[in-house]
Amino acid sequence: MQNKPKKPSKFLKQIKDISLYLSRYLIMVVIVLVIFGLILIISGKNPFQSYRDIFAYTLGGWYGFSEVVVSMIPLLLTALAVAIPSRLGLINVGGEGQLYIGASFATWGALTFPNLPALALIPLMIFLGILGGALWAFLPGLLRSLGYVNETISTLLLNSIAPKIVAFLVFGFWHSPMDTNKTANFVDQARLPKLFNSRIDISFIIALILLAVYWYVMRYSRWGLEMKAIGGNSQAAKRNGIPLNKYWIIMMCVGGAVAGLAGMAQVSGYFGVLLVNFSRGYGFMGFLISWLSFGDPIGILITTFIVSVVMTGGNLLQLTSGIPYAAVNILLALTLFVVLARPVIFKRKTA
Amino acid sequence: MSLLSLLGVLSSAIFSGTSLLYSTLGETIHQRSGIVNLGLEGVMLISASSGFAFTAITGNPYLGVLAAAFAGGIVNLILGYLVINRKANQLASGLALMFFGFGASALIGKSYVGMKINPLPRFTLPWIANLDVLYSSLFKFDLLIYLAIPAAFGIWWLLFKTRWGLGLRAVGENADAAYASGRNPMRIRFQALFLGGMLAGLGAAHLSIAYTMSWSEHMTAGRGFIAVALVIFSKWHPLRAIGGALLFSGAVAFQLLLQSSGVKVSPFLLDTIPYVITLLILIIWGGTRKSAAPAGLGRVYYGGQK
Repeated sequence: MQNKPKKPSKFLKQIKDISLYLSRYLIMVVIVLVIFGLILIISGKNPFQSYRDIFAYTLGGWYGFSEVVVSMIPLLLTALAVAIPSRLGLINVGGEGQLYIGASFATWGALTFPNLPALALIPLMIFLGILGGALWAFLPGLLRSLGYVNETISTLLLNSIAPKIVAFLVFGFWHSPMDTNKTANFVDQARLPKLFNSRIDISFIIALILLAVYWYVMRYSRWGLEMKAIGGNSQAAKRNGIPLNKYWIIMMCVGGAVAGLAGMAQVSGYFGVLLVNFSRGYGFMGFLISWLSFGDPIGILITTFIVSVVMTGGNLLQLTSGIPYAAVNILLALTLFVVLARPVIFKRKTA
Repeated sequence: MSLLSLLGVLSSAIFSGTSLLYSTLGETIHQRSGIVNLGLEGVMLISASSGFAFTAITGNPYLGVLAAAFAGGIVNLILGYLVINRKANQLASGLALMFFGFGASALIGKSYVGMKINPLPRFTLPWIANLDVLYSSLFKFDLLIYLAIPAAFGIWWLLFKTRWGLGLRAVGENADAAYASGRNPMRIRFQALFLGGMLAGLGAAHLSIAYTMSWSEHMTAGRGFIAVALVIFSKWHPLRAIGGALLFSGAVAFQLLLQSSGVKVSPFLLDTIPYVITLLILIIWGGTRKSAAPAGLGRVYYGGQK
């Protein structure tokens, strides 16, 4: 898009378009607030008070804002894990499973080499997390390139298997003497360093760098061009000598690797321990975020931020209003419904 | 390993497989009309909780089953609005529906956690009742179990032997062509979603009202996703869905058998067996399934306004 319009009438039209989009988004926000407000009223809460609490907590102070950033980390990474293969037209629904396997690989590193210095242990754990996620995504990529099983269905099935493997490892071998459903707390060298005196850890920076790299590669590199070609018309790309199968397998693995990194960041940064069933659907949420933003890096960042504000604010609502945690999911789902039902004109422009 | 314990395992397999069969049938109907519903998990949760709550309030489990079925159908209409009217991406909309189901079901079922209800009555068929009580007590099933396989045949008849079914499959293959031959793809897809949602609701009702007789958050434990996989496994055919549900619950039963016979394998690894077997069979069947998939699956229908 050009910054300088050639004709003033076009400029006016752009202003009109933008204000139209903005007003539509505003209407969407209002719809969500009204519907969820009704749910709050039904459960006997004051919606205005609740909304003010959410807003003041998440955006009105440094602590709340830092919590929003903390919950953005796994979502940014799992969204990227879906966005990368989606450029080729691959549908990776397996972020959840890849995240679990990445987390378990990284945990193995943390438990096996507790005496290494942080400078060696953390890169090792990152490597292991990436390896685990990539391995878990390799099979769907391979099956797809062989034409045996569609990657959507194989990643879905592998999603159900991965948490059980983690449970097997934790209950069978890794659990701490006190608890059966989690490992002992990681040693300090195995924890990702924290930033800004908050719970934000260094994986946030890594996620931002990865987003930037993704943007650059897709836009300026030969790989990005070839990937777009495959995503546009795989048969035409093949005739032009682009190695289709190689791209399918490798990009599936790259996606899995990023999801594995998300798992590593969760256990090493957020929890500091491997819990059975620790993910609250991060892989699925990442999938949604990636599709809502059409795999666009800036879109992923903005959508993740909105989702995180809703999640963090909803957590607070659960504490102060006493409605169950899952009600956060209602607020989240309403937001997503409204965004999914957004005016088609906007979609056509971006797609 | 006595005959009795074998039969016990079989009986428990039937109990756990019933909800799977209903939801697989429901998803088969959606997908035959061209819509993938990844939110089946959420639909089932809402049905299970509202059916349970309705049973608790009215004291009549059959009314609870009806409520669950209607809840499933109505929740599916949300998906219909998003993907049919607003032409949103089906997979993303399905997952959003799943999160909605997590939340709504927790809210509906909140005050019923741990509550006891009047479960769906179990009875034995006449010729089984004549057997020794030790055996006949194992085959004391509820109405939903007896109706499961007839339901599969009913759906098969509906899809393959009626005009409506022909129209539905035509919409799933090529909505534009179906439109040209005088069908209304949007209306048919809404009907398919409602009917499929009702079936998924029946499966969920069996889970909460008849099988576990309780409500707890996330009680479906991934059954919605298994149903999606089983649809592909059964090549979009309702009768093969019986086989798929039997295979999956059979694998679950096999795993129970191993555990009861004291085999020293982690129960968590055994839990993966059904998924691994499903994946393996999908791999073995390989490319042959491609031709079985409805050609218009996942495609947006833009209607006549092009």
